[in-house]
Amino acid sequence: MPVVTIGPAEVHVDAEGFLTQYGEWTEELAAQLAAQIGIELTDAHWKAISFLRADYPQRGETATLRRVSTLAGIPIKQLFVLFPGKPAKKMAYVAGLPKPRGCV
Amino acid sequence: MTTIDNAPAIVPDFGDSATEGRKLAIICSKGNLDMAYPGLILANAALGEGVETHLFFTFWGFDMITKSRMNDLKFTMLGNTATHLPQGLGGLPGMTAMATHQMKKQIHDVGVPGVPEFLEQIVASGGHLWACRMSADMMQLDESDLYDDVEAIISASDFIEMTDGAQLLFI
Repeated sequence: MPVVTIGPAEVHVDAEGFLTQYGEWTEELAAQLAAQIGIELTDAHWKAISFLRADYPQRGETATLRRVSTLAGIPIKQLFVLFPGKPAKKMAYVAGLPKPRGCV
Repeated sequence: MTTIDNAPAIVPDFGDSATEGRKLAIICSKGNLDMAYPGLILANAALGEGVETHLFFTFWGFDMITKSRMNDLKFTMLGNTATHLPQGLGGLPGMTAMATHQMKKQIHDVGVPGVPEFLEQIVASGGHLWACRMSADMMQLDESDLYDDVEAIISASDFIEMTDGAQLLFI
C-alpha cells in the first residue's frame, strides 16, 4: 500500500490513489484531492461529501449515486454537474472512501 | 534516523478523455419484469461511467415506457426453468401475481427502484429514451401514451443512424 504526500499530510492510498484509511481524511485534504481532479469544492459539493463520510461507517461501504441522491436529497442531475463524468467515483475519491461497489 | 521518501500523490485516472465519444445503445425488447432490469441497470452503470447511452424500446419492451403498463410489469415462472420449481406450479391461478410480488420485493430490498423511477434516474443522468415506430403503429399508441421523457418515436433506421459507432446490447 503506497504512502503518498498530499499537501502537508502523509496518507495511505491504493494503487489508483483512493485513500485506504478512513481516519486519515481531513477537510483540508478533501479540498486538495478535489483540486487534483479539477474540482473546486463549494457548499453543494460539501453536502454530498459530508453525507458520504457519515454514511460510510454505518454501512461499511461507500454510498452509490442513488443513495446519495435519495438520502442526502441532492438531485442526480446536480451530482453530475458537481462531479462531472463519473460522479460516484469522484465523490468517493474526494471523500477519502473506496469506490462504491453497489450496482445502482 | 533514516528519512523515508514518500511518493508524490497518485491521482486516479477517471478516464474522462477515454469515455469521451464512447456510446452505448441498448435495445429493450422484453416486457417481463425480470427482463426490464438488465437494460436499466446497464444503462445506469454506463451513464455513471460517463458513457453516452441510448435506449430503444421495441415490441414487448414498449410496456416499459407505456404509461398504463410501466408500473405493472409482471414476472412469471412459466417457461423459466431457472426458478427450479415444477413448471406446472407456474400455471396455477394467482402464481404470476405472487411471483411478481415476490420479485418486486426483492428488487426493492436491494435498493433498486421500480421501472418508472429507474427511467427517471436514467434521464436525470443524461440517458436518452426512444420508442420504436413500428411498435407504436402496431399497438396504436402515440406519444401521449408514453412516458413523458421518451424523446420521440423513431424508426429502426433512425436509431441505427443515431447510434453510429456505439456498442450495442439487445435485450
